[in-house]
Amino acid sequence: MRPRVQIYLPIADLPVNIFLILAMGAAVGFVSGMFGIGGGFLMTPLLIFVGIAPAVAVASVASHIAASSFSGAIAYWRRRAIDPALAGVLLCGGIIGTALGVSTFTLMRSLGQLDLMIALSYVALLTTVGGVMAWEGLRAMLRTRRGVVIPARRSGSHGWIHGLPLKMRFKRSKIYLSVIPVVVIGIFIGFLGAVMGIGGGFILVPLMIYLLRVPTSTVIGTSMVLTLVTMLFATVLHAITNHLVDAVLALILMAGGVTGAQFGARAGARIRGEQLRLLLGLLILAVGIRFAVELVLRPEDLFTIRETGVTE
Amino acid sequence: MMTRALAIAWILVGLAAALPAAPASAERLIVSVSNHRVTVTPNYSGEELVLFGSVEKDADTPANRASYDLVVTIIGPRADMVTRRKERRFGIWINADYRQFLQVPSYLAVFANRPLDDVAAAEVQRRQQLGLNNMILTQRVGPDYADVVPNDPFRSAFVRLRRESGLYREDTSAVTFLTPTLFRTGIPLPAAVPIGTYEVEIKLFSNGMFIAKTESAFEIVKVGFEQFVATNARQNGFIYGLITTAMALMSGWMASIVFAKD
Repeated sequence: MRPRVQIYLPIADLPVNIFLILAMGAAVGFVSGMFGIGGGFLMTPLLIFVGIAPAVAVASVASHIAASSFSGAIAYWRRRAIDPALAGVLLCGGIIGTALGVSTFTLMRSLGQLDLMIALSYVALLTTVGGVMAWEGLRAMLRTRRGVVIPARRSGSHGWIHGLPLKMRFKRSKIYLSVIPVVVIGIFIGFLGAVMGIGGGFILVPLMIYLLRVPTSTVIGTSMVLTLVTMLFATVLHAITNHLVDAVLALILMAGGVTGAQFGARAGARIRGEQLRLLLGLLILAVGIRFAVELVLRPEDLFTIRETGVTE
Repeated sequence: MMTRALAIAWILVGLAAALPAAPASAERLIVSVSNHRVTVTPNYSGEELVLFGSVEKDADTPANRASYDLVVTIIGPRADMVTRRKERRFGIWINADYRQFLQVPSYLAVFANRPLDDVAAAEVQRRQQLGLNNMILTQRVGPDYADVVPNDPFRSAFVRLRRESGLYREDTSAVTFLTPTLFRTGIPLPAAVPIGTYEVEIKLFSNGMFIAKTESAFEIVKVGFEQFVATNARQNGFIYGLITTAMALMSGWMASIVFAKD
């Protein structure tokens, strides 16, 4: 503990090594740039493992994700790779979901079960998504090795999703689709983001591709817009209701994150798609398992203390 | 008229006669803390205050007072806290039972010059609230408000956790007598020290008897940018949130400019 590199986080109420947090931001930024994701699902757990209260981690990471997705969204906007209409409909759901998520967060916090809820959500989400991704990546790799040609996506094959009413034409994505599943996905992602401190890009992108059949040209840019707005909204809501957003922490993370992301993006361009998917899947799976182990093992200390109010 | 004045006079005489029985008149404690206002800055990583003092004897001091014992108790700002216990349910460990601690010190330190059992008998220790085990930590157990026995699992876990974080301490060799009447002790303040007013209670004992006490205080304030942030986060949540989002947008935008083309 050398005082010179220690910085005091005002909300987390904890002195931390500034270079450790910067390095974590950069490392997660690198990974997020490489895979084209927000990286919240890595950042929040890392902060928790370092000793920052889960509640503060979740609330502060939201603004960090907003920063990185904003720089991403600008780049995609310039390339006209964002579908404004689709983003708008997704956002309607996203805003509702975020509000629901923050109020659930507040409720669980008062019941003393917030940490459990965060851990359980991570276990459930990360092990399934990570498992599926790793499996898919592995299968794709095996197929290419055997020289099997992957059948192209069957255009015109419509699932039950495409039979729903309230259809709308999304011009830039060239799809004709009911708004119901779009709004539902928005709510789902907004809720998860507020509760878990993740942007949700790693779930949103596959959902949009497989369920909504959004073309790959607009899918990442559009999902970034949803991430950006829900995370901004979540930051404000967390600041109002729980006063847990640590701006100093967020600023350090942003500085490390946006820099790391640039190098990650260059590294990612050199790796093949299915290898990337396998790696990302394994990474997500590993974080999920880490949380699961934490829940199942007998904790080192069964007791915890939390201040409920200072009167001075 | 006369009788009333006489009665008052008699009462005064009675009081004066009674006073030597209350040993407090014999000695006086004079203390000073090295710093009455500790400022915590962003790179604060703990500090130690020094408390100095002396025992002033006067004419009434019995001659047989060979040695003194001193117990210094520092009580930080009070707060409500919850202690939770994890239990295994459905194969995972979750918070199950809990106790609320009401208005308990967020910082509590007890320093003495020798073990408390040598300073005074158990009964005196309890009455004077000497030591972490004898401090009253009010709990809410259902509808009741009470302190419990020191070995209550929640109470002992609470004290243990606070001790581990350096916020509760008990050191019965921290007070040193430089001369038989001049003493000093350090007051260590960890990095995560709560802000507010700290009361210092100094109690003097001799031969197991409580003789005199005095009080002092110091204040811990956080200054600088980080305190500014903490205050605003609490008081102006909405504006704070907006500024944080503006900060996020700025840094995202700047990143997209700096790394625009490679």
